[in-house]
Amino acid sequence: MTGSAEGIGARVTRREDKRFITGKGRYTDDMAVAGMCHAAFVRSPHAHAKVSSLDADAARAMPGVIAVLTGEELAADGVGNLICGWMIHSKDGTPMKMGAWRALEHETVRHVGQAVAVVVAETRAQARDAADAVVVDYEALDAVVDSLDALKPDAPQIHPEAEGNLIYDWEIGDEAATEAAFASAAHVTKMEIRNNRLVPNPMEPRAALAHYEEADEHYTLWTTSQNPHVARLVLSAFYNIAPEHKLRVIAPDVGGGFGSKIYIYPEEMVCLWASKKTGVPVKWTSDRTEAFLTDAHGRDHHSEAEVALDADNKIVGLRVKTVANLGAYMSLFSSSVPTYLYATLLSGQYDIPAIHCNVKTVYTNTTPVDAYRGAGRPEATYLLERLMETTAREIGMDPAEFRRKNFIRSFPHQTPVIMCYDAGDYDASLDAALKAIDYDGFAARKAEAARRGKLRGIGLSCYIEACGIAPSQAVGSLGAGVGLWESAEVRVNPVGTIEVLTGSHSHGQGHETTFAQLVAERLGVGLDTVSIVHGDTDKVQFGMGTYGSRSGAVGMSAISKALDKVEAKAKKLAAHLMEASEGDITLEGGTFKVAGTDKELPFFQVALAAYTAHNMPEGMEPGLKEGAFYDPTNFTFPAGTYVCEVEVDPETGKTEVVDFVAADDFGTIINPMIVEGQVHGGLTQGIGQALLENAAYDADGQLLSASYMDYTMPRADDVPSYRLMTTVTECPGNPLGMKGCGEAGAIGSPPAVINAITDAIGTNALEMPATPANVWRALKSAQPAQAAE
Amino acid sequence: MYETTYHRATSVSDAVAKLGASDDAKVLAGGQTLLPTMKQRLAAPSDVIDVTHIADMKGITETAGGLRIGAATTHAEVAGSEIVKRMLPGLATLAGHIGDPHVRHMGTIGGSLANNDPAADYPSAALALGATIHTNSRQIPAEDFFTGMFETALEDGEIVTAVEFPKAGACAYAKYPNPASRYAMAGVFVAKTDGGVRVAVTGAGQGGVFRHAGLEDALAQNFSADAIAGVTTDPDQLLSDIHGSADYRANLITVMAKRAVAACA
Ligand SMILES: Cc1cc2nc3c(=O)[nH]c(=O)nc-3n(C[C@H](O)[C@H](O)[C@H](O)COP(=O)(O)OP(=O)(O)OC[C@H]3O[C@@H](n4cnc5c(N)ncnc54)[C@H](O)[C@@H]3O)c2cc1C
Repeated sequence: MTGSAEGIGARVTRREDKRFITGKGRYTDDMAVAGMCHAAFVRSPHAHAKVSSLDADAARAMPGVIAVLTGEELAADGVGNLICGWMIHSKDGTPMKMGAWRALEHETVRHVGQAVAVVVAETRAQARDAADAVVVDYEALDAVVDSLDALKPDAPQIHPEAEGNLIYDWEIGDEAATEAAFASAAHVTKMEIRNNRLVPNPMEPRAALAHYEEADEHYTLWTTSQNPHVARLVLSAFYNIAPEHKLRVIAPDVGGGFGSKIYIYPEEMVCLWASKKTGVPVKWTSDRTEAFLTDAHGRDHHSEAEVALDADNKIVGLRVKTVANLGAYMSLFSSSVPTYLYATLLSGQYDIPAIHCNVKTVYTNTTPVDAYRGAGRPEATYLLERLMETTAREIGMDPAEFRRKNFIRSFPHQTPVIMCYDAGDYDASLDAALKAIDYDGFAARKAEAARRGKLRGIGLSCYIEACGIAPSQAVGSLGAGVGLWESAEVRVNPVGTIEVLTGSHSHGQGHETTFAQLVAERLGVGLDTVSIVHGDTDKVQFGMGTYGSRSGAVGMSAISKALDKVEAKAKKLAAHLMEASEGDITLEGGTFKVAGTDKELPFFQVALAAYTAHNMPEGMEPGLKEGAFYDPTNFTFPAGTYVCEVEVDPETGKTEVVDFVAADDFGTIINPMIVEGQVHGGLTQGIGQALLENAAYDADGQLLSASYMDYTMPRADDVPSYRLMTTVTECPGNPLGMKGCGEAGAIGSPPAVINAITDAIGTNALEMPATPANVWRALKSAQPAQAAE
Repeated sequence: MYETTYHRATSVSDAVAKLGASDDAKVLAGGQTLLPTMKQRLAAPSDVIDVTHIADMKGITETAGGLRIGAATTHAEVAGSEIVKRMLPGLATLAGHIGDPHVRHMGTIGGSLANNDPAADYPSAALALGATIHTNSRQIPAEDFFTGMFETALEDGEIVTAVEFPKAGACAYAKYPNPASRYAMAGVFVAKTDGGVRVAVTGAGQGGVFRHAGLEDALAQNFSADAIAGVTTDPDQLLSDIHGSADYRANLITVMAKRAVAACA
């Protein structure tokens, strides 16, 4: 490493922000090609119905209409069904029961908003007018929306493939050992816990522009994707759209994803097919209502959890039963979320000798559910951290001390649920957070709030997550259909400027800045000589994309490996040019030097020499360009402690988050400013889940919160000014020591908020979201009980 | 949005004529309700008649008995008006908490009253202060103007031109916002008028804005927050939705009434 003022650890302002802040970002909807037409989808108003007939004659005759295409035609053309790419087996060994998901459904619709036909017309308005004119007759069927109801014997059957709506009945851990632990326990705490369903709501809605060029039999798809190569692979290998070399997928600027833009959806696929079918380029941009109804939702668990303690208050066992709602169809990675991304984190930061978890996933007549910021890990953390807090209260022990008593302190630590934690210092983050919040002074703050008529409460959450998703062999053995390495290519141009091609994709994370900082650090060149290229399958050879906080730990590790190779070759060439021995060459501040002499060559001259190739060492190829694939050996394990203080207005039930301290261990930090931004966003999403957000369905499967009039997104005045700090243990598993920071805030914060509220109101009977009405009701129902005591 | 034709009216009579010239024309004021509804294809007027450039329908003036606000006056203008702040501070506070800055700089008092959204703020002030709604053809007391959710006494083609508010001894508005939309879940306007204490509630009633006899009686006896702490509202008359049950709204009415009374002091 040569060091640089713009290198690792520098608070460099984001290079991409000039274009975003000045409105010059280039998003999919900004793209246009000559002759472009527009798609509008005809969607089911029913949650569950048979399609008895579809009459598009009137629509086809409307102005500007090029075609109205249906599911029958799609099937006849051999376009494949949508798939879930992660195989999970039930505990009896049977594979998960995947129901058929057609991009346009012509027989049975299974959620409100499911597409049954598409109109292509010259303008967007004409397409929508014609979509309204398509007459579809439905025969309504009974719907079921709640996952527990879906498992009842008389529940409506949703897919013929999945009897009783059960997709799989899976388990992890040692059931007998866990049972034995409970049998010998001195104390057991048991809870029912619900994790509310969320709608991801990225600022930019999904969009696609599909262009089929007949002469070359070639497709180009501009789309809102977090992983364009995976999109191409799936579109090609499973949906038979086109072979990979005939399909270019471009994900230009993407305005947020949070997981929802990982998956392949019906609309993008239909645009490709429709472009070939009609011979015109086809664009579709989701409106907000479509986003609410069709973007994959997140969370939605019902769980029973119990923890067993010995007489010394050490945890001896944990038992969890979860029912997870996957909605009407299995989205691309949906099966992995409530299993390997959830139950494997149930050990938290604690040394728990025996854990058993059973997970049933079910179909319901709701929007499909898949990974959403944190994906499984927020559900695990919420369950465990509410259980920890509740247990501490039951046994009359300080919640911080109860956690501390059970912390893991030696690493590596093998949990009973697959994960092997590589490094961490949980005392350090707990200590830092308690000090920052002034834990000991809480009683005085509570008393002062009481004088103002407010109920003050404090709540903790000690979270852990598995990030940097992850070692290909490991995920392969667990059922993943893909490997989860990352690739990079470093191209040094003849003038010494550098292009880094990465398989990671930036949709808000700031890769154009942080990835360039790594190059600046390593080669000692200025940030302005480095550009980051991503999001185009014609430019970048292959990549797995961005999710699971993997772009630093995995994507940057691949860049680092490619930089190793560039540096090695450049040193060899520099040694040759300066007639020195390779071992004496150092790279400092962008200049190659020969140790112990005053000979030096700037980086750009060595680059030029590599391209003029007039004077190369024996056998060295011209050029300076190297690629690398990086496959980690383990997940990474960011962890930390969050402490939240709230004040509840007992008259209205309104909660104000008055203080929030986050002490995170993300390992090495490339750009503290960007990391803080990631944490701010994550915390705000977590507070949103805890206090505000809820995808509420009525019994017929209509989404009641299908617009911002009813779905409460967190706003600036809902959140406090966060107080952030980091403690660092480097990750031993990757060359940079990075763990990842993209999801921590959303994972760790909900239980801290709810623990604080339940502390304030003196009752634990509270579910998310803790809206004013819900808190008021909890307070009210607790009052008679208190009076009776 | 479906196709529509935009017209800019130059006077009230011009607007009335343009409205009458088509079966399916609608008045367009700030567009903060009408345009989103059109974008969602829930409304499809053939023509929209913009009344926000009619000089007679804009501005705030002091009158003998109180003040007159042109129907096309924006929420921001009402919130920032020195006349309103001095004479009816509760009304200025109310206007200053409608929606967000964009909404307040576009939305108008006339549009809000004509729309009579059950969760809108202005109807409570109009009813509690005993305002008179002026139209192109008549004057309608607030009492008779609001006839039910999204319903008013306005005839087809009738345009609200101004609202006249009588002076009040003191007045205040306390609003509990819906967490998502930030319209009122329960908004209570309390006014000491020449005709006694009047209390109007918005956001909570099944039939839209209503006067609250229980609160008015208690406050007539003793104008203090304590005097109404025990006054309840029958939840059977109240709205219930995913944001709050009728019970919760009944509670909010009492709490907001107490806060409005306290703010009158
Ligand atoms: C994001 C957002 C938040 C909001 N929050 C709130 C809130 O917290 N509280 C609240 O009270 N309101 C809120 N509103 C509504 C806002 O106050 C609107 O401005 C108001 O309801 C309508 O006024 P307008 O001038 O925009 O009318 P328009 O939208 O132009 O018209 C509304 C209706 O009234 C009719 N109309 C308009 N003017 C007249 C007239 N002079 N005579 C006869 N008919 C007429 C129109 O034909 C139409 O049917 C919000 C709106 C938005 C978009």
